[in-house]
Amino acid sequence: MRAALAIARKDLLVELRTKESVPAMALFAVTTFVIFHFGLNRNRLEGELAAGVLWVTLLFAAILGINRLFVAEREQAGFDGLLMAPIERNSLLAAKAAALLVYLIALELIALPVFALFFIDSGFWHALPRLAAVTLLADIGLAVVGAMLASIAVHTRARDLLLPILLLPLTVPAMIAAAAATKPLLSVPFDTGGVGKWLVVLALYDAVFGLLAYALFDFLMED
Amino acid sequence: MALIFFYAPLDADQGFIQKIFYVHVPMAIVALAGFVVAGVLAAIHLRTRDEVWDYRSYVTIHISVIFGVGVLATGAIWAKASWGKWWVWDEPTLVSFLIVVLLYATYYPLRYSIEDPGRRARYASVFAITAGAFVPVNFAAVRLAQSLVHPRVFATASGGMPGEMWLTFLVSLLGISLLYLTLVRLELTAKHARGRLKRLRKLLEAEPPAGPAATPLTTVPARPTYE
Repeated sequence: MRAALAIARKDLLVELRTKESVPAMALFAVTTFVIFHFGLNRNRLEGELAAGVLWVTLLFAAILGINRLFVAEREQAGFDGLLMAPIERNSLLAAKAAALLVYLIALELIALPVFALFFIDSGFWHALPRLAAVTLLADIGLAVVGAMLASIAVHTRARDLLLPILLLPLTVPAMIAAAAATKPLLSVPFDTGGVGKWLVVLALYDAVFGLLAYALFDFLMED
Repeated sequence: MALIFFYAPLDADQGFIQKIFYVHVPMAIVALAGFVVAGVLAAIHLRTRDEVWDYRSYVTIHISVIFGVGVLATGAIWAKASWGKWWVWDEPTLVSFLIVVLLYATYYPLRYSIEDPGRRARYASVFAITAGAFVPVNFAAVRLAQSLVHPRVFATASGGMPGEMWLTFLVSLLGISLLYLTLVRLELTAKHARGRLKRLRKLLEAEPPAGPAATPLTTVPARPTYE
């Protein structure tokens, strides 16, 4: 646990100093919103369209960050150091997932207000508490699955080519749940029906893939 | 086959095209079962560290993907015939199946882009287990997403189909399962033989004086080996 905290702290410190991932993710998200504006030719969004635009953008922006997650470890032989250190392997997974979670939250702190500014007319403040809960649960799932797949992809020849195609199908259930939970929140007569059910689905997704990642991560870090 | 064409009664609503059901549904069931079994095999591989289990898992996924593409094709034909469209989004089974096939299609690039055999076996196994667990989760999620009212052939228990249809269906299921098993065994044998051939060839090449006995072997076209 202490090792995990130390590694996560190291990652966040590196990110804070280099400002590599999060600004790029945020910029990507904002640009994507603009492209959606032209692609859909709409000035205001609501309901399922708003939910779809929001989640597709966040997911793709997240992929940018996930791709960079293990790059330092690979390029600077961090893996060897971590494997030689007398710590549990899973603390690396926990640290990476935690760092990614912080990235994602930072991304959303920028992307959500911009999204509201661009596309939402009114009622965003009502939706915000529940939207934050949906986002947090979806982020946890993305962080766990992303950290695990990134550690797979980083050891392959195709690397950043492989990650998106591995990640996208696996995140489909989480995206279904997140988009479905966001839809009533961003509808114009503000609605909360069904949000609870989808929050449970998201939590279950997080739990299932969290346990899987926990059980399998050891095998990814053997040599 | 004879049962399909002559024994099972024609569907009152869909007529002859309904008979594709006896290929489509068993294939889908077998492919999905294959995916889950591949996950179990991969778990055994991680536990025992015997590479044989990795190959078994790999071949199971391989044949399942082929079956999965077949399922999508026959499903599209059936959909065109009975719903008038090649593809419909409001049918959860269809969408789930597509996602599962897309996911397993990424198994190949993953496998081929890792060079170290031990690591490849382990990573492929981890993927197979994750994806195997993903199959039921995905089906549940997609089904939840659509509050649909679509005729579920099996949801109405045995009342949905007359006995002759059930019998034909079960025979088809058995037939397709046996076909699947045969293909898996065939592919495993082929892989095994290919691996041995490769090892023998390496052994030959390692010998410094290449005798005349070695020449006919080199004329064998180099096929991609998945070892």
